[in-house]
Amino acid sequence: MRDNFVDTLTSLMAEDERVILLTADLGFKIFDDLIERFPSRFINVGVAEQNMIGVATGLGLEGWTVFAYSIANFSTLRCLEQIRNDAAYHEVNVNIVASGGGFTYGSLGMSHHATEDLSIVRSLPGVTVVAPADGWESAEATRALSQRPGVGYLRIEKNVPINTRLAGEVFQIGKARVIRHGTDLTLVASGGIIAEALAAADALLQDGVTVRVISMHTLTPIDCAEIVKAAKDTKAILTIEENTISGGLGGAVAEVLAESGLGVRFKRIGMQNTYSAVVGDQEYLRNFYRLDAPAIRETALALLKN
Amino acid sequence: MLSGEKNTWTSTLDLAWRIRRHAVEMTHLGNSSHVGSVLSCADIVAVLYGAVLHYDPLDPNKPDRDRFVLSKGHSGAGLYAALAECGFFSRDVLKTHYQNGSILSGHVSHKGIPGVELSTGSLGHGLPVAAGMALSAKLKGSAHRVYALLSDGECDEGSNWEAILFAAHFGLDNLTAIVDYNKLQSLTTVADTINLEPFADKFRSFGWNVSEVDGHNHDELQAAFATGTEVPGKPHIVIAHTIKGRGVSFMENQVLWHYRNAQGSEYRDAIAALEKTRPV
Repeated sequence: MRDNFVDTLTSLMAEDERVILLTADLGFKIFDDLIERFPSRFINVGVAEQNMIGVATGLGLEGWTVFAYSIANFSTLRCLEQIRNDAAYHEVNVNIVASGGGFTYGSLGMSHHATEDLSIVRSLPGVTVVAPADGWESAEATRALSQRPGVGYLRIEKNVPINTRLAGEVFQIGKARVIRHGTDLTLVASGGIIAEALAAADALLQDGVTVRVISMHTLTPIDCAEIVKAAKDTKAILTIEENTISGGLGGAVAEVLAESGLGVRFKRIGMQNTYSAVVGDQEYLRNFYRLDAPAIRETALALLKN
Repeated sequence: MLSGEKNTWTSTLDLAWRIRRHAVEMTHLGNSSHVGSVLSCADIVAVLYGAVLHYDPLDPNKPDRDRFVLSKGHSGAGLYAALAECGFFSRDVLKTHYQNGSILSGHVSHKGIPGVELSTGSLGHGLPVAAGMALSAKLKGSAHRVYALLSDGECDEGSNWEAILFAAHFGLDNLTAIVDYNKLQSLTTVADTINLEPFADKFRSFGWNVSEVDGHNHDELQAAFATGTEVPGKPHIVIAHTIKGRGVSFMENQVLWHYRNAQGSEYRDAIAALEKTRPV
């Protein structure tokens, strides 16, 4: 997924000389080709995220299309006010790239676990928030954000093994993707954790439950129509995110459902308003915090039984 | 879009005086704070807008204009006054400052206001953005300069020091920062809060070209802006020694006037004091 971002960004820089990359001293080796080809448009600001977003805003005000890269918490929480007051308020084309979404850097510990970024960034008006599910969505989102006015937030993970693209499919910001059809239950996921949703859907089929799986790659603007459709077509909705259950995907879907007036069984799967306190790889932590396919299946069956 | 009137000021001293007069009146009408901060930097702003910056009020976004970022956004009244006096929008608009429904917020905003490059108010934001603008000019080969005006208390913010490192590393000699060094911050003196001294040495050791001036002396300010840009590869810092509340004797060197505005007899006294010092 990260490679798809880098490859697409490199293409964008070749196509448009106004595209520029800032990094807060991260991305060892991954930008080597890009640096060799566009040395003047690769700016390492050092370990200084507040300055990175300030500089990004200055460049954005001067007409550049900026990508600003760091690990998720550093490029968001550390410089949140710069994102709000500088980049977002001035409506510049600054795209914040958060590497290591969720538990990507699982063994590195809590500082590197991005488990609130989606909620916090989603609360900023005018910021387009995208958490791609796979390499294809990552590449498409990178290109789409570069062309979209205003601030973008791209939350990527390392390389994920799945490819969710359906034949002939076109990616569109703000347009959720139904990647599996079913009528009993809807699983809505953002990010690479959609692989767990797909595995859970397979298992649930054995239980006689047909599952609709939606990739809600864009949290802002949220695809209200697809959520409402799921509420009408299926008996229950489960949201799945590698993020706290408050204010992120689950919060966004809950807001749409509550205002739709449709009564539907609903549950949020994510970090249960807690910080991580153990380490392990992404798969281990998904299991530990009950975000993996067996936990999704169990939660789904309980929800449908109620 | 707001439209402005023709300049009527005759010198930078006259412009500075008008900024002060507006500031006292605007903070009085709006019952707003920070008049002392505006009086402190009125000369700096007047010299920049009256004699240094290249701009066109009829074409505020002209690509080759010089950029001015007011990082000490709480002095917004001073910038609004300068812009109105320089023809960016009507002086009448100033009277709405800080009041219900006004676009002239207490901390400077760019929304709907021609000539304001950046909205600020939270300290430590302006210099990083100015550095980005200066980097852009370098990358594009544009000759214009970028100026950022900071307060002294603002220099406590770590983001400024990130930008100070950055500007030197990237050789942004098209960037001039000015610190309005009036030696007072929110609660008490700078020295008793977080001491900045040896201030000039700090900038020198960070690789900046340093000018130190009397921030109320227009000749010194102009000379610094003219000559400080002559060191290739180094960003320029003007440390401007100032007096908070300058121009209204009972406001001078008082933290109180960071918060208070002149009402009643104080207002009449402040206006009378200013009228006596109007440049001829």
